[in-house]
Amino acid sequence: MATDDILTLEDVVGGYGKQTILNGLSFGVRRGAITTVIGPNGAGKSTAFKAVFGILAVKAGRILFDGQEITNRPPRQLIADGICYVPQGRNIFSELSVAHNLELGAAAAPPDFPLKQRMEAAMDRFPVLRKKAGQQASTLSGGEQKMLEIARGLMLDPKLMLIDEPSIGLSPILVGELFDLLRDMRSRGITVLMIEQNAKRALENSDYGVVLELGRTRIQDRAEKILADPRIAQLFLGGGLEPAPA
Amino acid sequence: MMVSKKTLAVAAMALSVVFLLVAPFLFKPYGVFILSTWVVMTIAAIGLNLTLGYAGQVSLAQAAFVGIGSYITAYLTTRGWPFWSTYMLAGTSCFIVGWLLGYPALRVQHHYLAFVTLAFNTLVYLIFRNEEWLTRGIYGIMNIPRPEVLGWSMAKPIPFYYFLLAHLALISAATWALIQSPWGRAFIAVRENPIRALSLGVDTRRYTLMAFALGAGLGGISGSLYAALVQFIDPTPFALGLSLNLLLMVIVGGSGYFFGPFLGAVVAVLLPEWLRFAQGYYLMGYAALVMLLMIFCPTGLLGFADRLLTPKAKSDSGPNPVLPDSAAPQKAAG
Ligand SMILES: Nc1ncnc2c1ncn2[C@@H]1O[C@H](COP(=O)(O)OP(=O)(O)O)[C@@H](O)[C@H]1O
Ligand SMILES: [Mg+2]
Repeated sequence: MATDDILTLEDVVGGYGKQTILNGLSFGVRRGAITTVIGPNGAGKSTAFKAVFGILAVKAGRILFDGQEITNRPPRQLIADGICYVPQGRNIFSELSVAHNLELGAAAAPPDFPLKQRMEAAMDRFPVLRKKAGQQASTLSGGEQKMLEIARGLMLDPKLMLIDEPSIGLSPILVGELFDLLRDMRSRGITVLMIEQNAKRALENSDYGVVLELGRTRIQDRAEKILADPRIAQLFLGGGLEPAPA
Repeated sequence: MMVSKKTLAVAAMALSVVFLLVAPFLFKPYGVFILSTWVVMTIAAIGLNLTLGYAGQVSLAQAAFVGIGSYITAYLTTRGWPFWSTYMLAGTSCFIVGWLLGYPALRVQHHYLAFVTLAFNTLVYLIFRNEEWLTRGIYGIMNIPRPEVLGWSMAKPIPFYYFLLAHLALISAATWALIQSPWGRAFIAVRENPIRALSLGVDTRRYTLMAFALGAGLGGISGSLYAALVQFIDPTPFALGLSLNLLLMVIVGGSGYFFGPFLGAVVAVLLPEWLRFAQGYYLMGYAALVMLLMIFCPTGLLGFADRLLTPKAKSDSGPNPVLPDSAAPQKAAG
């Protein structure tokens, strides 16, 4: 893969119990870019993220981050290395306050971490989190919860964010704001690797795309090329590539 | 509404403190003894509430730690050791044993963990009963002395009651500080969703072990005080029954609520005494009451109170009248 890849998967095999989901998955993620992973439901997209983040055992193959092998490294260490992971669905701790959720983003921080300053900075960037800092996190709306999850992921200044279907359940306007936020992160040098069902809209906001099918990479290319590829429309008939509501 | 809830809590607490302070003058010696037992059991239940209520780890071994603490103090004070040294030893030994008992919890959860800890409790009980050379078995250990504080003897029931009460106050304050610290938040995060916590880099392993160790350490301290309270111990009180009873206190009071163990211990220690007038029927009545309570408020008495006092104004935040996915209590500030 290109030398300017921050993350590389090489022939990764893994799954749940005896069931293999990733069948020798390989792709690279370009540093400083937004890359979107698309593919039919059950293709193994989320499973691939879990394998990268050390939540799912990799049985064969290797994963490299920033030139270092990180295969099967535990999450706590990967966070220290500069990776953060925002899983699919709801990931806040509903019983804790908004501020305390944010604070947990620094759970793996070194002892001399300037927690107060970083919390302040995060709340400056996401004013709604300051406004609702003392509230129980379950009182946030869906969009605010996603903001909180992203803000929490950014607490330790990651180099790479893995984000799994962030737009699910958000209104079109909020999806727009979300992609703006991801592009803003890119402009600050953070590499974004996301999974999206809304393939068209996501690819329009990305630099690169990866198409997964049956646990393998089917296509990897620049996002606009993938958008123009007739095979993709084929693959997604009735799937994620329906024309987006204008 | 939030304010009035807080005010109510503060008022209830102030009344309780006043009651506890004047209680010895309202009751006969037996009443003072029962209140003292309540204090000791509350401390053990506070420990279990850390393990179970905050960190979500089921333990049926709390009685074993109360027992280990009791035997350490009983054995050593009757051989001339000063109470305080045995007290510290009881706390630290149980902390260490609790830490070790936490290892199975890293592999198994829920009912499996319940069985592991149950087996541990039985094992410890059998040691108390059978290893006569160490514990004097069913003959027990007699004449356990009560400590002195700054030259003041705590031997009489009323001074000893205040001695216990001071312990409860200190332990409550320390536990409160812990729960309000990042540690307390980490415990709650691990309970609410261990995988989610792990994905944020929370050291779930360390917090799980620590939850066991801290809970066990408080069990040991409670046991040390218990030995000095009753002044005679044998293996009987430390059987599985007490572990179940402590579990009952935590759950009836409101698992994961700071004041849950206090209230739960009222139900488990004081209520049976008040129901004694019903003679042979009191245990049946007590059991029926506990069942009703669990059917109508599975989140315990404080969970029930929380629900009554929380305004149902959630609907303004959107069309989802959500409750958390589990039956876990919804806590407000404090
Ligand atoms: N925790 C799990 N245990 C067992 N099988 C799973 C689990 N999670 C996902 N799977 C299976 O793995 C396959 C891939 O899932 P996933 O990676 O979530 O797909 P997607 O590409 O839609 O994100 C699916 O067939 C799914 O049923
Ligand atoms: Mg998925």
